[in-house]
Amino acid sequence: MSGANWQKILSPVLGIVVVGVLWEVWVWYMQWPTYKMAAPSDIGPAFWRFKELFLQYGWQTLWRTVVGLLVAVAVGTFLGMIMGLSRLMRDALYPLLVGFNAVPKATVVPVVALVFVGQHDFNTILIAFMISFFPIAVSVAIGLSTLEPEYRDILRSLGASRFTIFWKIALPKTLPEFFGALKVAVTLAFIGTNLMEIVEPHGKGLGHLFESGRINSDYPLMFAVLIALALLGILLYYVVVVLERIFAGWAERNPT
Amino acid sequence: MTNLIELKNVKHAYQTPAGPLPVLDGLDIAVPESSFCAVVGPSGCGKSTLTRLIAGLMFPDEGEVWLHGDLVRAPRATVGMAFQNPVLLEWRSILRNVILPLEIVAPRMPEKKRVARAEQLLALVGLEGFEDKRPSELSGGMRQRASLCRAIVHRPEVLILDEPFGALDAFTREDLWQTMHDLRVEEPFTTLLITHDLRESVYLADQVVVLSGRPAATQYVLDVDMPVPRPIDSLYEPAAVEMLATLRHQIQIAQGRAPAQEATQ
Ligand SMILES: Nc1ncnc2c1ncn2[C@@H]1O[C@H](COP(=O)(O)OP(=O)(O)O)[C@@H](O)[C@H]1O
Ligand SMILES: [Mg+2]
Repeated sequence: MSGANWQKILSPVLGIVVVGVLWEVWVWYMQWPTYKMAAPSDIGPAFWRFKELFLQYGWQTLWRTVVGLLVAVAVGTFLGMIMGLSRLMRDALYPLLVGFNAVPKATVVPVVALVFVGQHDFNTILIAFMISFFPIAVSVAIGLSTLEPEYRDILRSLGASRFTIFWKIALPKTLPEFFGALKVAVTLAFIGTNLMEIVEPHGKGLGHLFESGRINSDYPLMFAVLIALALLGILLYYVVVVLERIFAGWAERNPT
Repeated sequence: MTNLIELKNVKHAYQTPAGPLPVLDGLDIAVPESSFCAVVGPSGCGKSTLTRLIAGLMFPDEGEVWLHGDLVRAPRATVGMAFQNPVLLEWRSILRNVILPLEIVAPRMPEKKRVARAEQLLALVGLEGFEDKRPSELSGGMRQRASLCRAIVHRPEVLILDEPFGALDAFTREDLWQTMHDLRVEEPFTTLLITHDLRESVYLADQVVVLSGRPAATQYVLDVDMPVPRPIDSLYEPAAVEMLATLRHQIQIAQGRAPAQEATQ
């Protein structure tokens, strides 16, 4: 491994360690009890005590977030394509989408929980999807509608079909923006999943674990859940980064 | 010799929110097979519109556009285009960029033949060894060379160039003029070049058409009577200097008719 690669791994690890130490020292210095602020040294044991639950609930949170994201990618890309390729549809759909996106999802959660009562997986996926599809739709729409006419004309002048032009030019050209939006969507989808998990009773997932920590005044557990969520978020984010490297690596500036 | 490109009394207007904008009004152009026609005219007079009509990307309100004896009713694979912006695809290597039209026009052509064809053209324009580079790794002039290769890789009958050298510096531009002559010797296309450089038009073309200001009509046609390929020095011969003077005068007339259009592009 080259020096640059070591640096890539070492610097974030160092960052985490430094923040952890500062946090520990700070809590110790302020003499805070755990119900006010847990220190990293309290969180480790909390993880250990509930390790099976963390694995089980963590998995539930993860798969529902991923499914919500996949639906968001499918629907967002579809909406983005419609809006990006048709001026009429853009004018018709854009205000609707903006309005929909402006509604705080915390207010939608109880409504959804009521409408589809008992369907916990479905509700969670639905909220994860609802909160995360917007950036994808917008980025795809902008990517397609800002395609310079010359790009289309080089193929259109040869008699290429609309689909060919989309497949060979418009889609690849939009990929960098798409992945930029997907990174935002990953984080949003997590927020959506947890909103639902925390609010709806008989819950599953890390959100539920957080809620039970709150009810039992187990503050180290609550903090441990937050850390677990952060770890899952980082994991998914880097999965997207790897996909971006593979499919849109050409858009990266060469470091020369 | 037959006319490969022929425009007869072409009229066209764009529909804008402020009402119809007449752009072309009585355009006549005839380009004989395997000859080179340059079109000059004031900015915004409708030159790019003209290229889109020939390529079948748009159709005129009135008049007729003929290509090789057929009325143009749709885009066709016998046309190649290059623009001021080279519009190379950054996710493809230079070689794959050049091959792109073959994927559309000749989907069944064996991969080996495609690569060989693209490599041959890239070598012809001096891009040997750059096949695997990304477009952003090339200079502006080199990108424009690659764009030219892409425009002719499928052996089109007609090559339409819309100010392809307009954004290049003077020296690079003269190099590319030379390349155009080299390509013409090797490949049998008929060319229509839009340009705002009168020297370029005289150096490259067999025929220079001057358009009037918007709405554009054919104002003047100059036959360039010099053998091809031409050394760059031929631009300083008395005959060429006289042609340049004539063209400059014609452009001034074209602009004089619509002085306010100078700034629009
Ligand atoms: N799609 C369009 N809709 C409305 N007006 C247009 C459109 N395309 C070009 N125009 C206008 O038509 C005129 C001629 O355009 P163009 O053919 O691009 O000129 P040129 O290439 O000679 O500079 C310009 O005034 C331009 O603003
Ligand atoms: Mg133009």
